[in-house]
Amino acid sequence: MGRDKSDLIAAACLAAFGIYVIYVGSKLSYVSEVGPGPGFFPLWIGIGLLLFGAYQMVLSYASARRHADHDVPIWSGSSRALAGWLGLAIVIALFRWIGFALGFILLTIFLVVVLNRRPAVLGTVIGAGLALAFYLLFEVALGVSLPKGPWGF
Amino acid sequence: MDALSNLLLGFSVALTPINLFWCFIGVVLGTVVGVLPGLGPAATIAMLLPLTLKLDSTTAIIALAGIFYGARYGGSTTSILLNMPGESSSVATCLDGYQMARNGRAGAALGISAIASFVAGTVGVLGLMLVSPPLARFALRFAPPEYFALMTLGLAMVVFLAGDSMVKALLMLFVGLWIATIGTDLFTAESRFTFGHAKLLGGVDFIAATVGIFAVAEVLINLESRIGGEILKIPRGIRNLLPTLQDLKDCRFAFLNGSVIGFVVGALPGAGATVASFLSYGLEKAVSRHPEKFGTGVIEGVAAPEGANNADAGGALVPLLTLGIPGGNTTAILLGGLILWGYRPGPLLIQEHPELFWGLVASMYMGNFLLLVLNLPLVPLFAQILRLPNYILYPFILGISVVGVYSVNNSLFDVGMMALFGLLGYLMRKLDFPAAALILGLVLGDVLERALRQSLMMSQGSLAILVTRPISATLLLIALVLLCLPAIRRVRAWRIAAVERES
Repeated sequence: MGRDKSDLIAAACLAAFGIYVIYVGSKLSYVSEVGPGPGFFPLWIGIGLLLFGAYQMVLSYASARRHADHDVPIWSGSSRALAGWLGLAIVIALFRWIGFALGFILLTIFLVVVLNRRPAVLGTVIGAGLALAFYLLFEVALGVSLPKGPWGF
Repeated sequence: MDALSNLLLGFSVALTPINLFWCFIGVVLGTVVGVLPGLGPAATIAMLLPLTLKLDSTTAIIALAGIFYGARYGGSTTSILLNMPGESSSVATCLDGYQMARNGRAGAALGISAIASFVAGTVGVLGLMLVSPPLARFALRFAPPEYFALMTLGLAMVVFLAGDSMVKALLMLFVGLWIATIGTDLFTAESRFTFGHAKLLGGVDFIAATVGIFAVAEVLINLESRIGGEILKIPRGIRNLLPTLQDLKDCRFAFLNGSVIGFVVGALPGAGATVASFLSYGLEKAVSRHPEKFGTGVIEGVAAPEGANNADAGGALVPLLTLGIPGGNTTAILLGGLILWGYRPGPLLIQEHPELFWGLVASMYMGNFLLLVLNLPLVPLFAQILRLPNYILYPFILGISVVGVYSVNNSLFDVGMMALFGLLGYLMRKLDFPAAALILGLVLGDVLERALRQSLMMSQGSLAILVTRPISATLLLIALVLLCLPAIRRVRAWRIAAVERES
C-alpha cells in the first residue's frame, strides 16, 4: 500500500477515534458543581480530532487521486519490524514468570539469530553479557529492582 | 558590591574540601541518573535524602542540588546517541541531536550540548544570584489564566515541529492531549478513558510513552532492513568529534535564547524544563535563517533546548528558596530536605542563612564547571557507542528501555505501555506524523486543562478572563501570531509566485 492510501486510512481512523472521544466525553459531565466538568476537555479534543481527521482525509484523497499511478509504497520491510515488536511484546508478557534476565536473553537471541541471521552462540553470548551488565549496573550499583523469575533473577 | 561580597562568602563555603567533594559526587551521580531513562533526579534525591541527613545541611543541599542540575547534563547523551530521552526535558534535543548523530556529528552534538549546558547553567546561577526576589514576585503574578496562556504558547510550538504537514502535527497534538486526559480527573475524581484498568487511574507514565515513541520505534524502523539498518558514521580524532568554531558561532543566539527562556520558565512553578526546552527550540527555529533545516540535524536545534533545560535548574531554585514554593517533583523533595534540616525556605532565608544560599550559588558555579570538564572528555567515549554493531546496539537499546521504564514505578504494565507506544511511534514514523507534537500535547495537556478549568472557575464560566489580564492576553496574542505564521508564509509565497507569473 502506498503513502496516500495509508494516509487516508490513518486519517479515517483518527476521525473515527475523534467520534469515540466525543461519545465518551459527552457521557461525562460537561459542567460540574465547581466549574467545567471532566467531560469538558475531552469533548473539545474529540471535536479537534474529528475536524482535523476529516480535513486530512480530504487532503489524502485528493493526493491519492493526483498520484493514482505512482503512489510510493511505504510498508516494505514492515513484517520484520512487526516481528521484532511482537518478540518484544511476548517477552514483556513473560517477564512476570521468567524474570528479566532470561526474557532479555530470549529477546536478544530472537533479534540476533532470527532477524539478523547471526550464529545462535553469538546471540546467546550477547544476551547473557548484556543481561549481566544490566544486573550489575541497575540491581547492584543503583539498587533498582528488575522483574524476577522463580529463580530470583 | 553586596552581591560580590556575598558571592565571596559563598565561595568560602563551597570551596571547602568536603563541600567540593560532595558537589563532585552530586554532579557525577546526576549525570549518570540523567543518562539512564526512568531513574530521574527526583527518585534519586528521594533515595539519598535519608543518607545526607548525616552530613552538614549546607553540604547535603549542595550534593542534592548537584544531582538536580547534573541530571540535566546527562539527559542529552542518550537523546543524541540513541534517540532515547533520558529525561522529559531532553525530548526536544532528540529532534536535531539524533539527526546530527545520523549525519556523523554525534560528537559535535554532545560537545555543544555540554557547552550550552555550561553557558546556560551559569547564566541560570547568575540569575538566581541577581534577580531572585523580583523574579519571584513576578512569578507570583502567574495565576491559572496566565498558566493557561503560557501552555497555549507552548502548544503553539507545534508550528515548528510540523515538518511537511501542519494538519498531521495538529492531529498528533490532539492525540497527545487526549492521552494526557487518561486517568482520574483531579477536580471530580471521576475516571476517564481507563478502559476498566485500575493501573490507568494514575494516567499514562510519561517516560513509558516517550521511550516507546522515540527509542523503541527507532529500533523497529531499523529492523526493517535485513542488515539491521545503516551503521552511523563517526569521524576519527578528537578534533573532529568536538564542535568547531563555526558551530560555536552558529549557536551564539541559541546560548542566549536557551539561557533566558530556561531561567524565566524555570522560575514559574509548574512550568518545567520540558516547556522551556520546547519554547526555546521553537524560538530558535522561528528566528533562524534556515528554519527548513531544523529536524535534519542543525546544531542550534541542540544548543537551544539543552541550554534551556539547564538554565531552568537555576530558575527552579528561585521560587523554592525565596518563596518556599517548589515548582516540580525534584524541588518539592529538596524543599522537604530543607525543612528536615531546620530551614524555612521563604523571603527571609537569604537573610537568615546567607551561608546556605550563597554557598549553594557558588557551588553551582563550581558544579557547572566540573560538569563541563567531566563531560567534554567523555564525548569521544560516548560517541563510541555508535560503533557497536547493530545486532548488539538494538538489544542494548531495548534492554535499557525496559529497565528504565520499569524502574520508575516497578511496573510491568508501564513496560507494556512502552511497547504499545513503540508500535504507535513506528506507525507514526511510517506515515510521517511528527512524534514531537504528540509528546508536546502529552506534556502540556494536564497543566493546560487544569489551568483552563481553574480560570473558568475563577470567572464563573467567562472566557473573557483569559484575554482581559495583561500577561495572559500578551502570551495568547504571541501564540495566535505563531499559529498564523504558516498561513502568512503560504500567502506570501503565493503572492510572490503570482507576481513572478505575471512578470
